[in-house]
Amino acid sequence: MKKTAVAILFALLTIVSAKAQIGQPWIHDPSTIMECDGKYYTFGTGGGGLISEDGWTWNGGAVRPGGGAAPDAIKIGDRYLVAYSSTGGGLGGGHAGTVLTMWNKTLDPESPDFKFSEPIEVARSEFDEDCDAIDAGLLLDPNTGRLWLTYGTYFGFIRMVELDPKTGARVEGNEPVNVAIDCEATDLIYHDRWYYLLGTHGTCCDGVNSTYNIVCGRSRNVTGPFLDNVGRDMLEGGGKMVLAAEERMMGAGHFGLIDEGNGVQKMSCHFEADLDRGGRSVLAIRPLMWKNGWPVAGELFKEGTYEIISERRGYALELAVDFVRMPMTPGWFMRNSEEPVKPIESQKLQDVIETWPEGDIPVRAGDYMARPHQKWTITAVPDGGGYLGGPYFKIGIEGTDRVLSAAKGATLTTCAEFTGESCQLWRIDQLTDGTFRIMPKEIPGCDKPFALVCIADSTPVLAEFNPESDNCKWSFKLK
Amino acid sequence: MKSFFRYLVICTLCMAACIGADAQKRAAATVTANPSLAPYFSDPSGASLSPDDNGFIRRWLLLEPILKPNRTNTVFTDSYIRETFGQEMFPGQFTVLPKDGEAVKMGKEKLLWHALDSKLFNVKLYRYATGLGKERYGIIFWAVTVLDVPETIENVRLMAGSNSASMWWLDGEEVLILSGDRRMVMDDGASERLTLTKGRHLLRCAVINGPGMSDFCVRFVHEDGTPVTSFTTSNK
Repeated sequence: MKKTAVAILFALLTIVSAKAQIGQPWIHDPSTIMECDGKYYTFGTGGGGLISEDGWTWNGGAVRPGGGAAPDAIKIGDRYLVAYSSTGGGLGGGHAGTVLTMWNKTLDPESPDFKFSEPIEVARSEFDEDCDAIDAGLLLDPNTGRLWLTYGTYFGFIRMVELDPKTGARVEGNEPVNVAIDCEATDLIYHDRWYYLLGTHGTCCDGVNSTYNIVCGRSRNVTGPFLDNVGRDMLEGGGKMVLAAEERMMGAGHFGLIDEGNGVQKMSCHFEADLDRGGRSVLAIRPLMWKNGWPVAGELFKEGTYEIISERRGYALELAVDFVRMPMTPGWFMRNSEEPVKPIESQKLQDVIETWPEGDIPVRAGDYMARPHQKWTITAVPDGGGYLGGPYFKIGIEGTDRVLSAAKGATLTTCAEFTGESCQLWRIDQLTDGTFRIMPKEIPGCDKPFALVCIADSTPVLAEFNPESDNCKWSFKLK
Repeated sequence: MKSFFRYLVICTLCMAACIGADAQKRAAATVTANPSLAPYFSDPSGASLSPDDNGFIRRWLLLEPILKPNRTNTVFTDSYIRETFGQEMFPGQFTVLPKDGEAVKMGKEKLLWHALDSKLFNVKLYRYATGLGKERYGIIFWAVTVLDVPETIENVRLMAGSNSASMWWLDGEEVLILSGDRRMVMDDGASERLTLTKGRHLLRCAVINGPGMSDFCVRFVHEDGTPVTSFTTSNK
């Protein structure tokens, strides 16, 4: 009984760990995540922030002086520019604020190079004007090299000013441009010849009842107008949803883009209340997809039993074992049979497992027939570590201990038992087109970051990932 | 005695005329007397005003805010706002066409109706309250406008957005409710199909807000989504 309780608790913990960043990811208004010397950093309201070594486990320790509210960060050259607000307005408060910027060569507070420059003011709002100079968002325009800052809240206009990317100071003579209303925590990103303005709509700071959600509009020009998918200007309150609440996470806000390259983009934000963690405000990282030219947040990969489908032909990943026929039903093609119609049971694991070899079994891809050798149970490995936005998973045949493993020579196999070795741990990243990349944590004798690739319709191997090729992409169908 | 009575009548009439004129004058000077309103409102000019090119209605009679303290806007459920707006706050609140400068007695306080044209597509109620030196948070706003429709228009919808919750009535009939802690978004909610018959109609709304910004925008649109602009608005 005690064992069962422990097993259930362990299972629950496993599920929890797969749903949110682990560690102590407590933060409000996180800045865009920055990578610095192999670690990840994000800063929040009130000073300080979080550090992660793998992108999945986050804890306090980042250092940002100045206090204040809602910072953002960007890497320009070999330096990091941090923007934050020295004051904040509030629902019932004043609206005087200043946005300041400061530089640092490193974000690692242990580094001898860690030293923020003196903050300089780049934008301000007066007590009761139609703008709150808080909630900074930074974009270095990839087309022009110009640096833009957006700021503001629901109280009046979201404004944009230009900064000097060399100094972080306001460009002399630059006047603010109004780009949106009725949102806050804005951020600009560039994608496929469009500039996207992301903002947070709804109610902030109301814990489990916070209605915060992230919306966006887009423009061909960096200064707008930013229109939503029905042509509404964000200056008229327009905005298309990117991320709202999830089942156990409420109040998504403060978008930040992380482009990992190779067709993998992620977004950071906070959820104002994680119901599984006592309603605390937590850091969240989600895959970012693009559908019809609009950004859409994906979900953390859900544990479950799946058909794993190669995008190359649509074949399913399977054990390379003998196909076991199901018993034929007499008269199956007789249309006028008077026999009563009875359902036929699906093939079960016990119907076939005795026919499988006991040791390692290779894998292949084949046409899906809903057979036991084609059903994969995927679960997060609590001590397996993680990567940006996800834990490592084990991928095993349903109802068995048999798991997918990388093997010497960058080959694939399945092992009869899960040992927890890195070659049995898999990283699953959702790509911007909604399909997935599957990569082992480690390949014995190989230091290349290979992924699961179908080089022929029936032949999956470990090879270099190419985001342009369907050979390299997979999808999952829940069973 | 007779001449005294005549004198009394004349004096009374003069006083009434003076009070009326004073009210008109005071009302007409709302923006002038409160310059911080000027970026958002102007005193009405001309007898009528068409909706703007996008159909947004800009001519309104706005009642000074009624105190209704709320620390959060998340309490504005459908039930809450129906009950709150359903209570009689002042006589004829669903039917009256107030006059510019007319007073409404709220307990010991008198609140005035002000005729104003919004300079923006959205009527900035927060700025209206602050511009008049009134309470800006924890309040209810009432707004009324007259629609003069030259020819019957069928199959139109009222489209509104408000910060925070609001209710909308056309000729005293509820046509839209926007509950919850809302941000003002153009075309946030739509009414059922309506027919604007030839003649005069009263459009009325109440907006409730706890902390934060408050404003609204409203227009009518045709079935194909294009704005209805073939009517005029007035405050008389």
